[in-house]
Amino acid sequence: MTSDAQPATPAPAEKAPQEDPDRARSAAEEEEQTPSWAKEISEAIGVRLLSPLAELGMLSRMAWETLFWAVRPPYRLRLLIGSMEFIGVGSIFIVGLTGFFMGAVLGLQLVDGFRQFGAESQTGAVVGMAMSREIGPVFTALMVSSRAGSAITTELGSMRVSDQINALITMAVNPVQYLVVPRVLAGLLTVPLLTMLFNVVGMFGAYVVATGLLGIDPGVFLGRMQWLVDWKDVAQGLVKACIFGVVVTLIACRQGFFASGGAAGVGQATNRSVVHNAIAILALDYLITAIILGQGI
Amino acid sequence: MGLFSRKHEPTPEERQRLEEAKSDPIHMRIRGIHKTYGDHHVLKGVGFDILRKQTNVVIGPSGSGKSVLMRQLIRLEKPDEGEILVDGTDFAKLDGMDLERVRRRMGMVFQASALFDSMSVFDNVAFPLVEHSTLSRKEIRERVMDRLEGLAIGHAAKKWPAELSGGMQRRVAVARATVLETDILIYDEPTTGLDPVTVRTVDELILETEEKLGVTSIVISHDMASVFRIADRITFLNFGEVVASAAPAQLLAELDPKTMDYVEASGVSEDILAARRK
Ligand SMILES: Nc1ncnc2c1ncn2[C@@H]1O[C@H](COP(=O)(O)OP(=O)(O)O)[C@@H](O)[C@H]1O
Ligand SMILES: [Mg+2]
Repeated sequence: MTSDAQPATPAPAEKAPQEDPDRARSAAEEEEQTPSWAKEISEAIGVRLLSPLAELGMLSRMAWETLFWAVRPPYRLRLLIGSMEFIGVGSIFIVGLTGFFMGAVLGLQLVDGFRQFGAESQTGAVVGMAMSREIGPVFTALMVSSRAGSAITTELGSMRVSDQINALITMAVNPVQYLVVPRVLAGLLTVPLLTMLFNVVGMFGAYVVATGLLGIDPGVFLGRMQWLVDWKDVAQGLVKACIFGVVVTLIACRQGFFASGGAAGVGQATNRSVVHNAIAILALDYLITAIILGQGI
Repeated sequence: MGLFSRKHEPTPEERQRLEEAKSDPIHMRIRGIHKTYGDHHVLKGVGFDILRKQTNVVIGPSGSGKSVLMRQLIRLEKPDEGEILVDGTDFAKLDGMDLERVRRRMGMVFQASALFDSMSVFDNVAFPLVEHSTLSRKEIRERVMDRLEGLAIGHAAKKWPAELSGGMQRRVAVARATVLETDILIYDEPTTGLDPVTVRTVDELILETEEKLGVTSIVISHDMASVFRIADRITFLNFGEVVASAAPAQLLAELDPKTMDYVEASGVSEDILAARRK
């Protein structure tokens, strides 16, 4: 008797005829007014120019809402700690590992390069400066984006497409406050710490290669490093790390939060999250550096 | 406190007004709801009444705007136009804390249950209490277990949502949606994607919840057989317009051809059609 209880499910088949007439009509009307080639060109330009702008607008709105809800109670400390554990503690291994190899290969290349004009004693100094100013924050942010950022997008994205975010709203809990705020705060707090870890491990890697394998004097390596690298270099790196921490988590949350289109849509959102993050990190890195150094703009 | 106070208890006047409103057999008055996305006019002046402590079913073909209507009713979206009067308050126009306050008395069971899969069943059901009540940990525990046992899923408290069958997930979703002082419970296609046997248990679940907790149920469905088993009132939505809104017997008696087609195409059980022919 109830075996035929679900025959009325063919949603896509029924929706199509209902929507199509409308679309066809409005498209026809527009075509009368403007020639199709002009429309195509302007649309192509419009999409290329406007979509990054629209995306920036979306991110600013998300940033504003995150700030708005971050300062309002309730403060869910447990969620913040959970996010810090996921983003921070969870990234220690991969950040340490990539940091070590980055430093090791830098040591190798620089000793080899500097030898050509007898400046290999400067290796420690240059590694230290490059690490603390640039490579540390940029690489850490890229690693956090590809490990934690992609996971954040997937998690929020599947919450979105399975109505869990709507469920939060119907239970009178603000989803930005509940989901986005702890993640962005955790990014702000943990990425600088991870960056310091990356720097320390990276310099150690360079030290091991330069002194252990390539015969640079340890005293000279460390002495030159101390002489050139000062707190300003480290501070410059940490300022970047803070900004990257916020941006990486914000972009990851934004992509997940507004994901649509089922499992495939979540996959695409995750993909966009990683790509947008890489672009944002490298572009911002130049911008921040230019501002700090006061030149290059 | 004041501005930031979230643990709101109704004031005496509010309580009194609610008490008075409870004798009104009409719980929600929906009037002239319009919703447009871009140039797609989805809801075209929807209006009907929701009866208190009854099963109110909204049916209609796919794409007719049932889910959109539901999103307006629980205010996931704001209608472009129209009124949703809940106990004398226009829910359609509320914002901020007032909106949250009315919303807390409404529960929503989503089509795919929408349980938080990062939390155990217990934590899912406890969630609204943890967020919105001043109850102690022990009281929350008692209330959650009470609700779970009432729905015969006490044994699943420590499990994860993904470990449960579709029917059990619906039960947990109902428990979560009713754990606060809910008096309106909305189900979006609660039986879609379930096997016929589970469909029956979900039907029973809806009636049982209504009886035990005295809630008003709004069920969105396109499963006609199930509809005729549970409905006290059926509202037929066709492409954004209410075609009919009446008790099942009356609706069958006055069926217009369009509705009739749908009823037949939907595979409504033969005996209901037979009853209608008589
Ligand atoms: N967010 C949205 N944006 C644009 N169109 C939408 C949106 N939500 C629903 N629609 C359209 O509204 C119509 C009704 O959808 P819906 O309420 O989901 O139908 P159903 O009755 O099957 O639940 C569909 O044609 C759908 O394409
Ligand atoms: Mg629907």
